[in-house]
Amino acid sequence: MTGHLQVLAQALQAGDRDRVEALTRAALARRTEPRDILSTLLAGMAVVGERFRDHEIFLPDVLLAARAMNAAMVLLKPLLVRDGIPTLGTIVLGTVAGDLHDVGKNLVGIMLSGAGFEVVDVGTDVPADRFVEAAVASGASVIGLSALLTTTMVNMQPVIDLIERRGLRGSVRTIVGGAPVTEAFAREVGADAYGFDAANAVQRVRALLDLP
Amino acid sequence: MTPREGLLERLRRGDRVLGDGAWGTMLFDRGLPPGTAPESWTLERPDVITAIGQAYLDAGAEIITTNTFGGSRFRLAPQGLQDAVSEVNRRGVHLAAAVADGRAYVSASIGPSGLVLQPYGDADPARIADGFEEQALALASAGADLFCVETMTDAHEAALAIGAVRRVAPSATVIATMTFDITPRGPYTVMGVSVAQAARALEGAGADVVGANCGTGVEAMLAVVRALAAQTTLPIAIRANAGLPARRGGRLIYPDSPSRYASAAVRMLEHGVGVIGGCCGTTPDHIRALAALMAARSA
Repeated sequence: MTGHLQVLAQALQAGDRDRVEALTRAALARRTEPRDILSTLLAGMAVVGERFRDHEIFLPDVLLAARAMNAAMVLLKPLLVRDGIPTLGTIVLGTVAGDLHDVGKNLVGIMLSGAGFEVVDVGTDVPADRFVEAAVASGASVIGLSALLTTTMVNMQPVIDLIERRGLRGSVRTIVGGAPVTEAFAREVGADAYGFDAANAVQRVRALLDLP
Repeated sequence: MTPREGLLERLRRGDRVLGDGAWGTMLFDRGLPPGTAPESWTLERPDVITAIGQAYLDAGAEIITTNTFGGSRFRLAPQGLQDAVSEVNRRGVHLAAAVADGRAYVSASIGPSGLVLQPYGDADPARIADGFEEQALALASAGADLFCVETMTDAHEAALAIGAVRRVAPSATVIATMTFDITPRGPYTVMGVSVAQAARALEGAGADVVGANCGTGVEAMLAVVRALAAQTTLPIAIRANAGLPARRGGRLIYPDSPSRYASAAVRMLEHGVGVIGGCCGTTPDHIRALAALMAARSA
């Protein structure tokens, strides 16, 4: 990584959105390849995720970094599309039927898009068929299900059952999370993965898609 | 109507005051549909709210919490109840006051907005402060003179809620509690607030009683209590969960029995906790068990 990209990675880890935006513009102006800028940013976010996992930093620091990442992605995305650089994958994300909580789901969305994924946010109180239709329509390879209520986490099962019935198991994976959701619960309902927090969800999605 | 002697005077004398237990999980057990705002039952099923309050009073609680935790416009609006902020909060106080009838304090609950404040999220702090003020004004106008700002994870948001209460009810007693997780670095809120930072922020915003509620159970709460006792000279209030819930046949069961919860919770009194009650998963039976141990302790 050359000097100006190292500075960019550091600014991202510090969550300095204005600086990340300016440094991304500057890198593009000096004709750095958009995909090299992207990999710099992704590497920076990976460090942020690790530091969060290791309790060196807390959620607000991660949110700041993800927001900085998103600001850079606004600049990079059209260029990556132009160059035919594929995104890491598309994730459909929503809160299950009966549940209107969106804070946790939004955090996961911010961090997934911060990590370079396309996120299709289908909102809250989402019935099973809408999750599956959104995944088919967007070509998503993962559906993320959120629930904050002990009483609504049971509505994750119908989504997973519907994926099975539609013959999509294998091509559309599922990850579940939310305050009352546990690894054991995820196994019980047949989810492919469980994210215990937003940063962990990103790591688990990467693992689901065999990304390093 | 409130008891003759103020809560703060009693705490300053070294009295220990028993609060009530959970409201949300009690309402779900009584059939509140998933995803429905608990506050909607203040309007639709006031009989249930009254019965829960009465059960806590009968169990020995000296504080009855109002069913207004999610009574800010931020939480009511997604349910189509944005025009009901005043009514939900006023009637919430009236229902609790009718139960307490001068035998218990009525504690007006204010929970978090559910939004992430700038710069970490999009919520404008000025808008959040206005929303809390609207809720606090309705609670105060209905006669609440004890407020409980609870389950906060962002110190800034907690301070905004406390400040809103202070503006509309300058002489009210304000209890402010945050929710901590136990990390390898010690107790922190999900927004990265340490116990020391929480104590400073809550005190600085004007809270009279500081503490913690919710979280991962009464054992973990002991670690929070120890840290907090070293950081503040204010009275401490604690409401812990009855452990981490497990799923049994589609229902959530909180593992701590009344006796187990009570015997762990009463140990907090050794660390200077002045107000003790329960959060998610606790019931009138938990409060009754705690009342018995507290009575035995002071006898």
